[in-house]
Amino acid sequence: MSYVTNLKCRECGQEYPISPLHVCETCFGPLEVGYDYAKIRAAISRAIIERRPHNLWRYRELLPVEGEPQIGPYSGFTPLLKAERLGAELGIKKLYIKDDTVNHPTLSYKDRVVSVAISKAREFGFTTVSCASTGNLATAVAAHAARAGLNCVIFMPEGVETGKVVGSTIYGARVITIRGNYDDVNRLCSEIADKYGWAFVNINLRPYYTEGAKTFGFEVAEQLGWRTPDHIVVPTAGGTILPKVAKGFKEFKEVGLLRESEFKIHCAQAAGSAPVIHALHKGTDLITPVKPDTIAKSIAIGNPADGYYVLKAVRESGGWGDVATDPEIIDAIKLLAATEGIFAEPAGGTTLAVTIKLIAQKRIKPDESVVVSITGNGYKTVEAVAQSIEQPFIIEARLREFDALYERLGGTRRALAGAA
Amino acid sequence: MAVKVRVPTPLRRFTAGVDEVTADGDSIKAVLDDLDRRHPGMRERLLDDNGELRRFVNVYLNGDDIRFLNQLSSKVKDGDDISIVPAIAGGR
Repeated sequence: MSYVTNLKCRECGQEYPISPLHVCETCFGPLEVGYDYAKIRAAISRAIIERRPHNLWRYRELLPVEGEPQIGPYSGFTPLLKAERLGAELGIKKLYIKDDTVNHPTLSYKDRVVSVAISKAREFGFTTVSCASTGNLATAVAAHAARAGLNCVIFMPEGVETGKVVGSTIYGARVITIRGNYDDVNRLCSEIADKYGWAFVNINLRPYYTEGAKTFGFEVAEQLGWRTPDHIVVPTAGGTILPKVAKGFKEFKEVGLLRESEFKIHCAQAAGSAPVIHALHKGTDLITPVKPDTIAKSIAIGNPADGYYVLKAVRESGGWGDVATDPEIIDAIKLLAATEGIFAEPAGGTTLAVTIKLIAQKRIKPDESVVVSITGNGYKTVEAVAQSIEQPFIIEARLREFDALYERLGGTRRALAGAA
Repeated sequence: MAVKVRVPTPLRRFTAGVDEVTADGDSIKAVLDDLDRRHPGMRERLLDDNGELRRFVNVYLNGDDIRFLNQLSSKVKDGDDISIVPAIAGGR
């Protein structure tokens, strides 16, 4: 049984039945799932949730699916790590990494949103699922579709990392590469969804898909001991996850799982694709699209669908945001890997680099708690850092060659290890 | 200047369900005005009270977002393709 009531336009409030619809017919505003929060409040508690399996469906009352969840039984409930070494480096005592680099099965936060979207696609009776993607979403849709026994067609812009193309095709998905950037792909897919009636997880199933992103915030609050952090820094591309993390924190309070829901949410964008940060810094609501140019391909979206709601969530919370250049992104990826043993994709490097700036700007203070949202895995994007790291030393399998290398690198065990 | 305009689902109630219509005009603004003459009610869906494009509407001229061109004043030639696409879509 579900606690969902309807779809409702976020702009004009018009209501629609639960169906594969995503745009309000009156004002073109986005549709959002409505819930009966009073009923949910009576039905769940911290104890009930804590007894459930460690996956995103432990919050099922606040997700828009009917019946027993079938998709993504191991998705979500990723680690929230206390980052002691990185925290010491940055002068922050309570620094946490929410680590979706190990989300099951495709190593990014997209396994959350896709679990919900594919559940819904099945409920609606679709046999083909599809998406417009810069890569992470593609791999998640392809993998979850395979396990659900659905056909899958993926649309990507040219130039996406090999790991993400192979990582989609391997599951039996058909991949179509579009000559253009993500925004071109997205526009084409909007027209295809309209004409062919396929289930595009991030277009006509978008109201359900985006709800899955709340679980990132739900988990952070539960894992912190049922409280919100003082600060959470979230990357922004299309603008799905940031407003939904904020919504997740608010819903937890609404249904009685949190006593307080005080937090500042901050937005991180790559300098080469930062339309939301431009608007934030200019103090306007109007987001002017850009042509993206950054190594952070997973967040290279110049025309963010939900950018307006990112601005709203950031401003309402008293948060802020900034950009990271490509070199700053690479440095942050290396820092996170070297201090915490987590290999993030460039979106994660962007988020950490921006966190460092917010600390330098004193918007985040040393005694406050901070969560850095790492939403994707660096093993899928090795191209981004391959040229920026030390290359291996090559020697013959002879002890005297190693002796020589040892001397060359400083002649002490410590000097040799320091190369890392 | 006759141009082709692709109409998204939410607007097809104004075009009797047709997904592509023709319209005349030498700029995007003129084309939208003409669309409203042929299919009354459309303009109100696309433009706000100040005559600006609504926040969640994207218009493309031959595949280019008109915000990268000259907005509503972008010039239109005979045979051009215009697409009206809801902005709400996507997410990596």
